[in-house]
Amino acid sequence: MIAAPYLHENASISRTMGLVMLALFPATVLGLYQFGWPAILLFTTTVLAAIVAEYFCLKVAGKIAKPFLLDGSAILTGWLLAMTLPPWAPWWIGILGAFLAIVVGKHVFGGLGQNLFNPAMVARVALLISFPFEMTLFTQPNPFFSVYNLSFNDSLDIFLGYPIPDAFTSATVLDFYKAELSQGISALQIKTDSLTQLLWGNTSGSLGETSALLIVLGGLFLIYKRVITWHIPVAMLGTLTLLASVLFWFDPNSYMSPVTHLLSGAVLLGAFFIATDLVTSPVSTRGQLIFGAGCGLLVLVIRTFGNYPEGVAFAVLLMNGFTPLIDHYFKPRIYGRDRKGQPLSNEP
Amino acid sequence: MMKLWQFHGGVHLNGYKELSCDVPIAPAHIPQYLILPLQQHIGEPTKPVVKVGDKVLKGQIIAECRMQDCSMLMSAPIHASSSGTVVSIETHHVPHPSGLKASCIIIETDGEDRWIDLQPITNYETLSSEVVRGYVAKAGIVGLGGAGFPSHIKLRPGDIEILIINGAECEPYITCDDRLMREYPQDIIAGAQILRHILGDIKQCFIGVEDNKPQAYDALLQAARGQNIEVIKVPTLYPTGGERQLIKVLTNKEIGRGQLPADKGIIVHNIETTRAVYRAVTQGKPLISRVVTITGDGIKTPSNLEVLLGTPMNALIEQCGKTSSATKLIMGGTMMGLSLPTDEMPVVKTTNCLLSLTNQEASQSNPVMPCIRCGACASACPINLLPQQLYWYVKAKDFEKVQDYALFDCIECGCCSYVCPSHIPLISYYRYAKAEIRAQQTEKQKSDIARQRHEFKKFRLEREKAEKAARHREKIATPSEGKKSVIKEAMEKMKAKAKNK
Repeated sequence: MIAAPYLHENASISRTMGLVMLALFPATVLGLYQFGWPAILLFTTTVLAAIVAEYFCLKVAGKIAKPFLLDGSAILTGWLLAMTLPPWAPWWIGILGAFLAIVVGKHVFGGLGQNLFNPAMVARVALLISFPFEMTLFTQPNPFFSVYNLSFNDSLDIFLGYPIPDAFTSATVLDFYKAELSQGISALQIKTDSLTQLLWGNTSGSLGETSALLIVLGGLFLIYKRVITWHIPVAMLGTLTLLASVLFWFDPNSYMSPVTHLLSGAVLLGAFFIATDLVTSPVSTRGQLIFGAGCGLLVLVIRTFGNYPEGVAFAVLLMNGFTPLIDHYFKPRIYGRDRKGQPLSNEP
Repeated sequence: MMKLWQFHGGVHLNGYKELSCDVPIAPAHIPQYLILPLQQHIGEPTKPVVKVGDKVLKGQIIAECRMQDCSMLMSAPIHASSSGTVVSIETHHVPHPSGLKASCIIIETDGEDRWIDLQPITNYETLSSEVVRGYVAKAGIVGLGGAGFPSHIKLRPGDIEILIINGAECEPYITCDDRLMREYPQDIIAGAQILRHILGDIKQCFIGVEDNKPQAYDALLQAARGQNIEVIKVPTLYPTGGERQLIKVLTNKEIGRGQLPADKGIIVHNIETTRAVYRAVTQGKPLISRVVTITGDGIKTPSNLEVLLGTPMNALIEQCGKTSSATKLIMGGTMMGLSLPTDEMPVVKTTNCLLSLTNQEASQSNPVMPCIRCGACASACPINLLPQQLYWYVKAKDFEKVQDYALFDCIECGCCSYVCPSHIPLISYYRYAKAEIRAQQTEKQKSDIARQRHEFKKFRLEREKAEKAARHREKIATPSEGKKSVIKEAMEKMKAKAKNK
């Protein structure tokens, strides 16, 4: 190094990405365990496809591929996308999704650090809109060593696109609520998975989003390691809880309880791992609070009043669009200046 | 326990102070040649008052401020740091960011190290503050923490209420202030009292010491007993030793850009500066030496040496031994130090540390990756700037936006570069932008002046032309009396001719 500072903290992009993967690990392992071979095949394919897509884009852009492939960002994008896919989705969903994420979500904007929107969520939403059937076909948990578990050969068939037998499919908690509420059944009467199931994760849902407990653990690890700060998760979950409580208090027959809101779907995964994406979220703490609160509000609005049972991906993408604006209007107060950026006066 | 405040950000660094912090201060050898640059401070350069061939004594003024009365000028005289003969006044390599050579007086020492007649003051309390300040100015004392700001300027009378002695020494590797506080606590306290006397009505006097220097703290505490000086332990966090950061920690006051601490009634002096003031006043000794930490893995026996100003760096490195793996020489610490192209440079007033790094220490050449907007830089910035936005706009060369994001508030402490996971040399980008903006401003000023001149010239030519034309018209319209008579005569002649026909 020619100019000061001459020493450097032991920090690198690959270390940051590695810590995120480490935090995702428990929830991922649980997902793979309980959704069996089809999930493992889908997960592996998606991650590999993300790496291939990254290599392809780097080559086309004429960049040196090695440092970018080693930084782990492409793996993480593929990983996060796989976490949000239906675990028994066919192979082409994973591959198409990975390419959408890396090519459209990331490299079209200029590659690492340049993208406005969360790549994994761009891919997920594109898939959801284009292939609503495949993207909403969930299965009940069928863990290894249980009677429901599929053999590898059967799993391969599922992975290659063989229709999933009806006996295995199951609506998610949010799907179930949406359907029942639309038929005029009181929310208080709806019987669905227990809280313990939601906490531990033996419920139907996307590959890596089912276990509330493991995701929160991973998120706390990231905060502890200072990869993320508490502001976005707390603002997002707080806003959602607050607004859901108000609605629930107002009319418990028509609205889901705040606890169900928090523990079901992708809210926790979104709050700790997706909304906090460094590239696409605001920098200042006030900005992060606003961003998180916006995500929480949008999740509630989409879930309650929208057509889709789940709205985390949409909410995060919408707020991503606001990030530059938030960054512009909510700058931290500079030392020796007031909030507006004017130098402090001479008065002692 | 006094309540302390916090500035935003900062980084916890490995101090590497254990290399040299337990080595007592020892005198450096007198070198054969002393190289004394004419400018070792911020402000006006000095002009030599000796000629080649002159014999000089230790402590004799060899270069003076351009005005007779130094005490009013942003300058500080230079003294011979040992006795000998002036052999040359020429340009020489000096430790300066520009890398340019500068005028130096070169003295061949005679080894006798003979002082001029010292005139110590035993009863400064009875003298007026103006007189004592004059002694400080005459002793050539400047901020020895690294800035080199002439100290007597900081001691000008004003409404100063708080005097802070900065013993934070937050830069890695540097231990010269630590050693001074441990070995000369009395001198420092006495120096602080002199500063108080000069400043007049001081309500509070603090000495801030980072808590990674417990022995220094204890020594000062002992010495300060009954002296109405508060020795304060401040948390070790880089850059607490920055003047404005220390003020924030101790008083919660913020000094805006374009302001001086004095505007808020605060003055900060460095530990070694304080001792230099003590020596200048009570012993009559001008600033001719300072403590330099010579350290790093490239040095065999890291040391703290009392070095005569003008001593060539290579002589010091030789004295402490250089390992074969030493590759990089830095003046200052690892965060803000100046990388030197050669060791054939003199120690100047602002040289607090010579740091010799080995390949292993200095070659963290990680590839620079794109910014991932992680915000680590923003969390580390002690000024609470948005370094990643600054970087973004510097890269785009949008210098207007860069200034909107308060580029010039940046103190170049290096925290952002230090924590950046993408290893972007952020500080280098900011220095580049600052230089570029300054160049543009000078360029604009120049072109403004040129345009004004051009326009004035145009105006002047037009005016002259108009005046000429006006004169011409006037001439035609109102012929002068003389001309009138000539015309009249001619007319009459013509009439007469006509009659005669």
